[in-house]
Amino acid sequence: MDLILAGISEAAARLVTLDPDVREATSAALVVSGSATLISIATGVPAGAWLGLSSFRGRELVLSLVNTGMGLPPVVVGLFVAVLVWRSGPFGALDWYCTRQAMVVAQYLLAAPTVAGLTAIAIQSVDPMLRLQLAALGATRGQTLAILVREARLPILTAAMAGFGAVISEIGASLMVGCNIKGDTRILTTAIALDTSKGEFGSAFALAFILLLLVFAVNAVTTWAQQRRRPL
Amino acid sequence: MADMLEADELTVARGGREVLRLERLVVREHETLVVLGPNGAGKTTLVQALASLIPYGGTLRFRGELVRDSLAYRRRIAVVFQRPLLLDRSVRENAGLGLALRGVAHDDRDRRANAALARLGVAHLAERPAWALSGGEAQRVSIARALALDPEILFLDEPFAGLDAPARESAIADLARAVRDGGATTVLVTHDRDEALSLADRVAVLIAGRIRQVDPAESLFVRPVDPEVAEFVGVENILPARVQASDDELTRLLLADHVLEVTATPPAGEMFPLVGIPPDDIVIARETPATSARNAFAGRIVRVEPIGRRVRVVLDCGFPLVAHVTHRSARELSLRAGDDVVASFKATTPHLLARYRRG
Repeated sequence: MDLILAGISEAAARLVTLDPDVREATSAALVVSGSATLISIATGVPAGAWLGLSSFRGRELVLSLVNTGMGLPPVVVGLFVAVLVWRSGPFGALDWYCTRQAMVVAQYLLAAPTVAGLTAIAIQSVDPMLRLQLAALGATRGQTLAILVREARLPILTAAMAGFGAVISEIGASLMVGCNIKGDTRILTTAIALDTSKGEFGSAFALAFILLLLVFAVNAVTTWAQQRRRPL
Repeated sequence: MADMLEADELTVARGGREVLRLERLVVREHETLVVLGPNGAGKTTLVQALASLIPYGGTLRFRGELVRDSLAYRRRIAVVFQRPLLLDRSVRENAGLGLALRGVAHDDRDRRANAALARLGVAHLAERPAWALSGGEAQRVSIARALALDPEILFLDEPFAGLDAPARESAIADLARAVRDGGATTVLVTHDRDEALSLADRVAVLIAGRIRQVDPAESLFVRPVDPEVAEFVGVENILPARVQASDDELTRLLLADHVLEVTATPPAGEMFPLVGIPPDDIVIARETPATSARNAFAGRIVRVEPIGRRVRVVLDCGFPLVAHVTHRSARELSLRAGDDVVASFKATTPHLLARYRRG
């Protein structure tokens, strides 16, 4: 019990004094996961919207693959990206192994299927009659797509939040391709794992508190989006 | 009136099955054409085909030109569906949506949207989010969204179906005024006879994917062309008769053992026509009235049942007869099952139908 109380007390002190190690890990986590999520939104939302609206042979197979991607084990993605950016790997010339760039790539591969898959579901959930109404109002295909994405913006926001929530909490891929370098690729999850293994529970508690706060914020936004009223 | 829209040999198939086939349907400039039909008749399909929103066979001509570019055509018309289908934006933005899609400048768009909202009596809601509207308000906004476009043809697909009676009556009145003031050519689809009567210049009756009759509203409801149309437009009394004699002025018919005198002439060569007697035109009295009605039959009341604003009285006069009376009349006459009464109607009331539908 004393161990826990001491840990919490130290965590509080580190948070209040804005401990540099905690600050660096938080900042790195936000930069890496934020970048990966933004790129996932930029590519996943259009891809998901297209998947949601189009009808082509093999669409169900593509949707199945995207859905499978939503459950990819982070360590498998970490292994895959590590091989790609390994010095002798296909992208070794980039010299990205043990960098934030490699972490962003790995986290992107984890977040993008989630964003695309949930966007497709969000677009499909928009009233099909609305497409007909937009056509009747003289909308072009591009205008229709833009309006439907805007109408589904709250579920799409949920998709983005789900993507961010998945990568801010993952550890396997980031550890494997980022190497947990202090002040550079050390993020909240990898720092918590390292501090716990060293018995530095105060620091681990402080980092865990911030991580929980971020996850709570993500869920709060998602809940707000889900509870909004819809027009007739 | 010039022909605005001409549909020839229009067909629509779904799942390999033909659900709509029209030989020819014309919409004239400035008229309100009501397409009246029961549920499942293909009314929505017809509107969507006429608006070029779904694939169709046959030809569609708009102002004499073949419709080839669906988008260009759709930008000259407007369609209001059964549900309002508003976007998650303000009422004004919704009303101006079609204008925005056409690239109309913001100021002009707002001005036209406000004017259309005012025509439907919902200008005071302009700043509200669409989700805060009631069903009736939302449907008015969706009609305003269509009117803001100043469409050359306005298609309305049962726009009042989801509203309760008071909201529907008031919305119909506002729509009738807005359409009349704007002079728009309108095609309204409905299964509601009252709506058809309130708004129509002409009525097209659609049953099972086929247009069965197109006529001015006043003649359609008194001169339906066949028993199915008659039944649908509310002529509950369709009775088999035999022609006894016929001259230029009057036809004498035998209905069971009773003689019926009508001014209508039997369909050519038809000795055994069907007689259609609109229930609203039958007068019920306790004794034979001293009126000009040539036809009066004593009968016994089988059933008395309220139907909205009217009371339906089912009689046995030696043949079944249904009359509609007001609640007040039913009260004053104390109409009850088993009572003996007299049903009368003028010779001009019945119309004669061929026993088998032609064509």
